[in-house]
Amino acid sequence: MLWPKLARNLLGRPVTAAAPAVSDEAVAALVARLEGAARARLGRSLAIRAVDCGSCNGCELELNALQNPVHDLERFGLRFVASPRHADVLMLTGPLTRNMREALEHAYAATPDPKWVVAVGDCAVDGGVFKGSYAVEGGAGAAVPVDLIIPGCPPAPEQLLAGLLSLLEAETETPRASS
Amino acid sequence: MSGAASTLILRAAPQEGGRALLTEAAWDALPAALAAEPDLALLALWAEPGLVHAAFLREADAALLLASVPATEGHYAALSPVRPGAIRFERMIRDLWGLTARDATDLRPWLDHGRWPVTGPLSARPAPNTAPPPQPEFLPAEGEGVHQIPVGPIHAGVIEPGHFRFHVLGETVVRLEARLGYAHKGSLALMLGRSPRAAARYASRLSGDSTVAHSWAFARAAEQALAVEVPPRAVHLRAVMAELERIHNHLNDWGFVCNDAAFAFPHARCAILREGVLRAARIAFGHRLMMDAVLPGGVALDIAEAGPAAIHAALDAVAEELPSLLRIYDSHASLQDRVVGTGHTAPVLVARFAAGGHVGRAAGRGFDARRALPYAPYDALPPEVPVFEAGDVDARVRVRIAELGCSIDLVRALLAGLPSGEISVPLPQRAGEGVALVEGFRGECLHWLRLDDGGLIRAAFMRDPSWLQWPLLEAAIRDNIVADFPLCNKSFNASYSGVDL
Repeated sequence: MLWPKLARNLLGRPVTAAAPAVSDEAVAALVARLEGAARARLGRSLAIRAVDCGSCNGCELELNALQNPVHDLERFGLRFVASPRHADVLMLTGPLTRNMREALEHAYAATPDPKWVVAVGDCAVDGGVFKGSYAVEGGAGAAVPVDLIIPGCPPAPEQLLAGLLSLLEAETETPRASS
Repeated sequence: MSGAASTLILRAAPQEGGRALLTEAAWDALPAALAAEPDLALLALWAEPGLVHAAFLREADAALLLASVPATEGHYAALSPVRPGAIRFERMIRDLWGLTARDATDLRPWLDHGRWPVTGPLSARPAPNTAPPPQPEFLPAEGEGVHQIPVGPIHAGVIEPGHFRFHVLGETVVRLEARLGYAHKGSLALMLGRSPRAAARYASRLSGDSTVAHSWAFARAAEQALAVEVPPRAVHLRAVMAELERIHNHLNDWGFVCNDAAFAFPHARCAILREGVLRAARIAFGHRLMMDAVLPGGVALDIAEAGPAAIHAALDAVAEELPSLLRIYDSHASLQDRVVGTGHTAPVLVARFAAGGHVGRAAGRGFDARRALPYAPYDALPPEVPVFEAGDVDARVRVRIAELGCSIDLVRALLAGLPSGEISVPLPQRAGEGVALVEGFRGECLHWLRLDDGGLIRAAFMRDPSWLQWPLLEAAIRDNIVADFPLCNKSFNASYSGVDL
């Protein structure tokens, strides 16, 4: 039966894990990339559009895990959206295959300014193990400007969260790094 | 027992590794012989410069037959007229190796979207590509009121890239055609000239959700080529990882199917249980998805001291909640209404394509490589293979739920009987050829490779089970409503990256 379980869950302790620590250097670097006006406009809530640029699906598994009740991305005001037109942040995975380049460029153009671009995983950083293949561009940066990289193969949900939280920190009016 | 086609293959000149080299005249007779022997399933078709290879499975006695033919003039007789599963392989062979299937059912480009700097990147002499990318052509659907819905390559959810072209009449899907290839990374080309150890990273990254299964199949093919015996402890650890992979993926898919029917509770519970399994995997093997943990020759690292206890705890939690989650799945009419009867695959189609995994086992085809072509440690621990007949979304979910229980029992047995000793052996550097099938969570992963005298890869192919499942998704969605496509797609959960290579 569903209802007794729901009731037990309401009364029990939450399964959600504590938020990971955020590195001050990462925040300072991000602050430098977006001027104050843009930060004020974005606020402390970010809509994220994930674009798989030809990954092995490992990064997608971890991006999906971010949304489970243990990591609970939405408690930070971060959520995945279905369209780049609704997004503040593009999270890009995969080595950017040549077959995906045009689709990524369309998605980037459709994302309203100001926007952040996050390269997720070793492949999106520079092509990773697929660097040099005839079929890949060698990382998301080959087609769009990248603001933040989250390395890993794939990065664990805690690493993804730490990266995204540093974006939020960078967006506050008085960033931690400068206080 | 031997039919016309298997006789043709068994009579041909056997090469090292048991592969039969057919003359072009013998291969030309193969399509007719295959038509006369419906029991001989096509598992894969691939190539290397000037040579085409095929893997067949004789269903009755689970015999694996490999056959090759020289394609001296740049073409070979197509198998697609008698084995529809061959269609996409033939399109891929033309795109990657530049070899054309004569009398093929379909020769439109598949992986090559016209955006690579070369054509025929795996052929002996790739040609520079200077033409602009062509517009894709889709199979037509005619009739008054039929219109098209293009979806992708970027989808609304956090999933892999691919394009779906729907022809619909009102809400009803008349025809779906998938256009994939967006995740083509050129993995096969990157493997050439590397040692099996160095190339294993590409098998690990063929499809991230099946990283253990593909790494294991690749490792077994390499070990067969080099006649290497893997220590029993490594074999057991591989199986522990493979079953954990099956468990975390089945939990994921079950939850997502419920979520696609807007029933969030099972999705949340499955996600929590799955997170527990992934955390246990990280404690035990140092990586949540256990990527690069299986290597040719053994495993990369031994199970951590705290590993068995962590795995037992995670699996106990799954086992404890499984019955009540199943009761919830069973007892909600709003959910059952969406999954029962939806996305039906006819058993005759499943048999024609020799689809494996939950797609096959939900429609009466009980093939499981762990039982049909047993490999250690499953030869001593044969798993139960649950088979359902209905062939709908619900049946594919029920295969997964039943397999969760079987895999939990397997992991417990494997951990209880974990042998002591070495976890890997060094690999000799010499020539050889090997093929292996390993049952992943979606079906059998087939890997083949040939090594040169220096022990480096001369030719290789990695076949994800999705190759034979994707075409059935197109059949399953026909006459269903567009809104049920996410349910059907998730119940298949075929791999994009796995077939895009």
